[in-house]
Amino acid sequence: MVKGFFLAAYSLWLREMKRFYRQPSRVVGAVASPLIFWVLIGAGLGESFSTGETGQGYLEYFFPGTLLLILLFTAIFSTISLIEDRREGFLQSVLVAPVPRAGIVFGKILGGTSLALCQGLLFLIAAPFMGVWLDVQGWLLVLLILLLNGFAMTGLGFYIAWKMNSVQGFHAVMNLLLMPLWILSGALYPADGAPAWLQWAIRLNPLGYGLSALRQALYANDPVSDYLPSFGVSIFVITAFGFAMLFFSSRAASRRSAEDLK
Amino acid sequence: MIKSAVSAKDLRHSYGTKTALAGVSLEIPKGSIFALLGPNGSGKSTLFRILSTALLPTLGDAWIDGISLRENPYEVRKKLGVVFQSPGLDGKLTVRENLVHQGYLYGLGGAALRSRCDLLLSHLGLTDRAGEMVSTLSGGLKRRAELAKGLLHQPSVVLLDEPSTGLDPGARLDLWRYLTTLRESEGLTILVTTHLMEEAEYCDKIAIINEGKMIRTGTPRELKADVGGDVLAVKSREPEALRAQIQEKLGTPSRLVEGQLLIEHKEASKFITKLIETFPGLIEAVTFRRPTLEDVFIHHTGHEFWSPVPEVKKAGKHG
Repeated sequence: MVKGFFLAAYSLWLREMKRFYRQPSRVVGAVASPLIFWVLIGAGLGESFSTGETGQGYLEYFFPGTLLLILLFTAIFSTISLIEDRREGFLQSVLVAPVPRAGIVFGKILGGTSLALCQGLLFLIAAPFMGVWLDVQGWLLVLLILLLNGFAMTGLGFYIAWKMNSVQGFHAVMNLLLMPLWILSGALYPADGAPAWLQWAIRLNPLGYGLSALRQALYANDPVSDYLPSFGVSIFVITAFGFAMLFFSSRAASRRSAEDLK
Repeated sequence: MIKSAVSAKDLRHSYGTKTALAGVSLEIPKGSIFALLGPNGSGKSTLFRILSTALLPTLGDAWIDGISLRENPYEVRKKLGVVFQSPGLDGKLTVRENLVHQGYLYGLGGAALRSRCDLLLSHLGLTDRAGEMVSTLSGGLKRRAELAKGLLHQPSVVLLDEPSTGLDPGARLDLWRYLTTLRESEGLTILVTTHLMEEAEYCDKIAIINEGKMIRTGTPRELKADVGGDVLAVKSREPEALRAQIQEKLGTPSRLVEGQLLIEHKEASKFITKLIETFPGLIEAVTFRRPTLEDVFIHHTGHEFWSPVPEVKKAGKHG
């Protein structure tokens, strides 16, 4: 069972990697759009955005949020393929194999996470220009946090994609749920300036904790961090959310139902 | 008593309020080739999905080599090789990569997996194509790769859903030759679903399924014997009137199927003469044939195999 779990996870992870580098348009798509967002929104809002005593420009403030958006896009693109896998029949033949369903789910999520991590690292090339100065340990911490964020978002994407029967449906969810989650993560503006109800929404948003962890890892001594949940809590929440998504996805995938066979 | 390779007891399944299977039981002895024959929407695909462990039946259970698929799907899956009708291959991977992936899913690895892959690639004439992307292969080659994938882990029972879809007659013949060889050399039990009558004739036993029920099981010969003798297909401008008159004057029943009158008769060749002499003006053409499985189907269901069953389109999705 244990061997089956890891072999299956490895195989599905490997497949995800191969499919990704054989479709270069996906690499471009997942990095280019957040980059454009970052430049257009960041540069445009920069002047109107009061950074107060933090000393941070808006492009810098928006940098971790853009990174999170890249992770989110990559996670979405990789989990959306689940819907195609089901429609084409690939998934069906995986589901009748003697492997624990959790292994299938884990492999797929791990694949998306790895891709998100790679895309995130690509974007981090810009970090030194954004006032990010870290030692080796600092970089490793950033890496770990990117991994946790990617894992959480791919898990969320998997859970949604499992329930969807069309790519169009997934796009609707993306616009109605995933993008608002990103906006409410503190990516565009800090929580403390927002009205009370929005502050609550931000506080309840698991992605907000992921971003908080990322922001604090990138800008350790920046005063903007004072308004964020503590580093430990942030890491804990985003990690717990990731594993919760893995659990719920595995549970959903373990049912034998007609829904799998569309 | 020899244990059956596949046995099912009173399988029932409904999609919401629509009943797809209304109590199906079957026994497939080890080392035999068994066909599930039925039109779209008959429930044969639902039965296939249940036996492949993809779908849990609403009621009833089935056993593969004596293992319950309701209670122990994990062990059942190890014994099963499943080839679905929809492609299970990843088009963005090469043929070999697809096989290796399949091997991992079934717990194979290393040299054992490599040699299994080589063996199947060569059996199915795919050695030269092993490095090609599946998406670039022709339909026939894709089906062969699917088959290689399904047989990779040396299953004891293979389930094939409409295996010859998209194959030309030559390739279909090759497929059946290969399946028959496998049955002989490895004692494999094979279950196929098909809507092709000529395909069912390759099998040891056939089960005809219609509207969620098994209506007849037997060897092709037994099934053909159900039809009372040979079959005459009569064309007429007024088939309804002719039917009534044949019944009245000659006491022979006939069926009106798709505008033709079908008559089953023990001495059909002699009956032709009688028919033409009795109704000279009413008959345009008479065709004589040995009973086919299609006639068996009509004999049992009263409608033609290809005739539109109500809701064929809708039911076909789950069929």
